[in-house]
Amino acid sequence: MVEAEAAAEGAHGGATSLPNPMHQFEIKRYLDIHPFGIDASFTNSALFMVIAACLITLFTLYATRKRELVPSRVQSVAEISYEFVANMVRDNVGTSGMQYFPFIFTLFMFVLALNLLGMMPYSFTVTSHIIVTFALAAFVFLGVTLIGFIKHGVKFLKLFVPSGVPVVMLPLLVVIEVISYLTRPLSLSVRLFANMMAGHTMLKVFGAFVVALGLLGGWAPLAFMVGFTGLEILVAFLQAYVFAILTCIYLNDALHMHH
Amino acid sequence: MPQLNPLDWAPQLIWLVITFGLLYGLMKWVALPRIGSLIETRQAHIARDLEAADRLRRETQEAIAAYEQALAEAKQRAHAIAEEGRIKAKEEVAAERGRLETMLNAKTADAEARIHAAKSSALKEVDAVAVEVAAEIVRKLIGVAPSKPEIAKAVAAAREE
Repeated sequence: MVEAEAAAEGAHGGATSLPNPMHQFEIKRYLDIHPFGIDASFTNSALFMVIAACLITLFTLYATRKRELVPSRVQSVAEISYEFVANMVRDNVGTSGMQYFPFIFTLFMFVLALNLLGMMPYSFTVTSHIIVTFALAAFVFLGVTLIGFIKHGVKFLKLFVPSGVPVVMLPLLVVIEVISYLTRPLSLSVRLFANMMAGHTMLKVFGAFVVALGLLGGWAPLAFMVGFTGLEILVAFLQAYVFAILTCIYLNDALHMHH
Repeated sequence: MPQLNPLDWAPQLIWLVITFGLLYGLMKWVALPRIGSLIETRQAHIARDLEAADRLRRETQEAIAAYEQALAEAKQRAHAIAEEGRIKAKEEVAAERGRLETMLNAKTADAEARIHAAKSSALKEVDAVAVEVAAEIVRKLIGVAPSKPEIAKAVAAAREE
């Protein structure tokens, strides 16, 4: 009896020192690698990136191992993801954008896999790190800008000059257009990062509530968590989709320039 | 916020480049061509099947048209044959009737001729008997036998009345 009381007291005492919800985002170094003085350590983030890449590769290869005319379920899923991204590129960029389809597909599947892997308990959410999402967004931004200049040369700058506007307004509008163009990588990366981080922080906070409130009151936050987990899985899909489709839209701007 | 620790950025970026680069290569040169070829093969197969179905349907329609044409022709021919048969039968009937009619007519004429002959011969006999009877009556009545031509004239005159 004394032991049980002590345990209960311990649990209640924990309420004053709830687990830090940001703890889950900490980078842990599993393997210290420092080639040429650069920190290339194998971290928990790297581990989940490797897992995601392996899962996607295994899934696509396993699904297509039989090359069935009438697809099995897993082959069907692979084909649906292919068609889904292919249609996204075709609808938003047109057939001329199909040469960038492998990149968009990789981007979509990679972000989706990282988001979904993050939903597993005790896992690490790579996309909850701004540096990762910013690197992806910056790569997309630089690539798209480069494609625009290669395709249209200096005329690409016309993208910042809206048509049918009084000349007096032009300086102001060009400045606004340039700023909105330059903030694209920021908004693209922050959208994904913030969604992931906020969702996982929420889950952690409510998880701590469940433990803190114990058997009597813990049911309410637990019920909320069940619903919220479903929402987070939806967000995982949605954010991967948004990331991919915005990349398509930026690519379309660079290729066709109809602003 | 652990995300804002710059010391953690380099390893993440390096492994992002490694994993994303490898994944991109695998997708671009291995996985996506496989899935793409699968979908293309299926679409080609479906297109081929649809085309075959269309061809068969066209052939069926042609066969039905040919059959209907043949049927129409056969009907027409049957109709012609029936008509021909009918006309022939009608002609035969007419011919037979004509033959019978002429035969009957001949028989009738023959019979009429015979009746006429019999009648005239009978009339002649009646005349002869009448002359004899008249001569006998006259002789009995007045006791004088009249000459034959006178009596014959008188009989003929009496018959004329």
